[in-house]
Amino acid sequence: MTEPPYTVTALPTMRPPGCPFDPPEELAQLREQHPLSRMVFPDGHVGWLVTSHALARAVVADPRFSSRHELMHSPFPGAISAERPPPAAPGMFIGVDPPEHTRYRKLLTGKFTVRRMRSLAARVEEITAEHLDAMERQGPPVDLVQAYAQPVPALMICELLGVPYADREFFQRHALALNNFDAVPEEQYAAYVALQEYLHALVLAKRATPTDDLLGDLAREELTDEELTNIGVLLLGAGLDTTANMLALGTFALLSHPGQLAALRADPGLADQAVEELLRYLSITHTGIRAALEDVELNGHVIKAGESVALSAQAANRDPERFADPDTLDLHRQATGHLSFGHGVHQCLGQQLARVEMRVALPALVTRFPTLRLAISSAEVPLRTNSDIYGVHRLPVAWDKE
Amino acid sequence: MELEVDRERCIGAGMCALTAPEVFDQDLDDGRVMLLDSSPPPGHQAKARRALDVCPSGAITLVSRAGSPADPS
Repeated sequence: MTEPPYTVTALPTMRPPGCPFDPPEELAQLREQHPLSRMVFPDGHVGWLVTSHALARAVVADPRFSSRHELMHSPFPGAISAERPPPAAPGMFIGVDPPEHTRYRKLLTGKFTVRRMRSLAARVEEITAEHLDAMERQGPPVDLVQAYAQPVPALMICELLGVPYADREFFQRHALALNNFDAVPEEQYAAYVALQEYLHALVLAKRATPTDDLLGDLAREELTDEELTNIGVLLLGAGLDTTANMLALGTFALLSHPGQLAALRADPGLADQAVEELLRYLSITHTGIRAALEDVELNGHVIKAGESVALSAQAANRDPERFADPDTLDLHRQATGHLSFGHGVHQCLGQQLARVEMRVALPALVTRFPTLRLAISSAEVPLRTNSDIYGVHRLPVAWDKE
Repeated sequence: MELEVDRERCIGAGMCALTAPEVFDQDLDDGRVMLLDSSPPPGHQAKARRALDVCPSGAITLVSRAGSPADPS
């Protein structure tokens, strides 16, 4: 006899006061007592919430759970639409299942391998050094988001894709609007259309005059202009607003854990492990979604076909069954297996690029400025609570000038 | 320890090459898994197991051979 499932009335989003790095406390209680619970979504849909590492992994690895956009109910607060979302536009491979997904993914995986991304490390070093020089020239205080966390990954993704960095103000603004809960659907749609028009023009130019970059390479593949445009929107958007948040929030976390910061400064060889642990501990892409294609029995309950399942990566990444002492930031731990890049066939395509950017940029920052500190109190740091990607809006930092 | 990989299942995430580079690599063209050593020496087995665990697509399997002594760990 199975117990009736426990029901939560909304996705918990309130982080404990004064703990900007910790997930909402309610998630830990759910994970312990009801790792698979029913949840009421903002549009009234009654779906599910998964909070344990084992169950979250099981769902995303199971082809009976779909990533198709048109089947999804959004668990995030904010704009509520009574209409069902449309199917993913051609090329938007995050919103489709195999075999459609496989076709796109296969065109792209060779371009994001561990080796290829590591070969970019020297370029990341140059870019970080230039931006650190600029910070030094400017002098403290500096907003680390504007001066470092945003431009370093933005330059890298632009060079990789073949997108003019000079246009960054335009596409950065629109990429931010896409992930903002507070933006009304019209604003989000306008941002998407603006990015699409921009990439479409670029795609046509690359078709006419092939260039030696990722979009130039893809222009020679069997893809329609619409598919290539949407792949460009997806890759550019994903490259701009993810690592940037990890760099800024990661720096904030290190500054708040001086012992860990000292360990990284003392031993740059710790960088790889430090990056994995920060990814786990901070879980900036905190919640994923899938929809059941058929009735699925899981953990003593039946998830019915058509029901949406929200997957709390931040709860899964703090699961004591998987990670000992999970609420402690410990750069020496083996944090591999975290779900911050997802799991299953949709696991982040750009994860090896993100790793290279972080393993270069974080140690470079903390060794360049041995006295780096927040220029405001921790409590004053404006947090990105209104987005499906967590982070900080600004991070004013200071250091002692020699 | 004996390993097998399924290149059709593989999605080229690179977790195996990242976790156990002595045992796995990625094809330069399509990014999919290449098994460098199907029976890694004891010194690489823990890493290989970790790679198997973190593979997002379940493309790596441990082959159990009838009659062979149980693998340590």
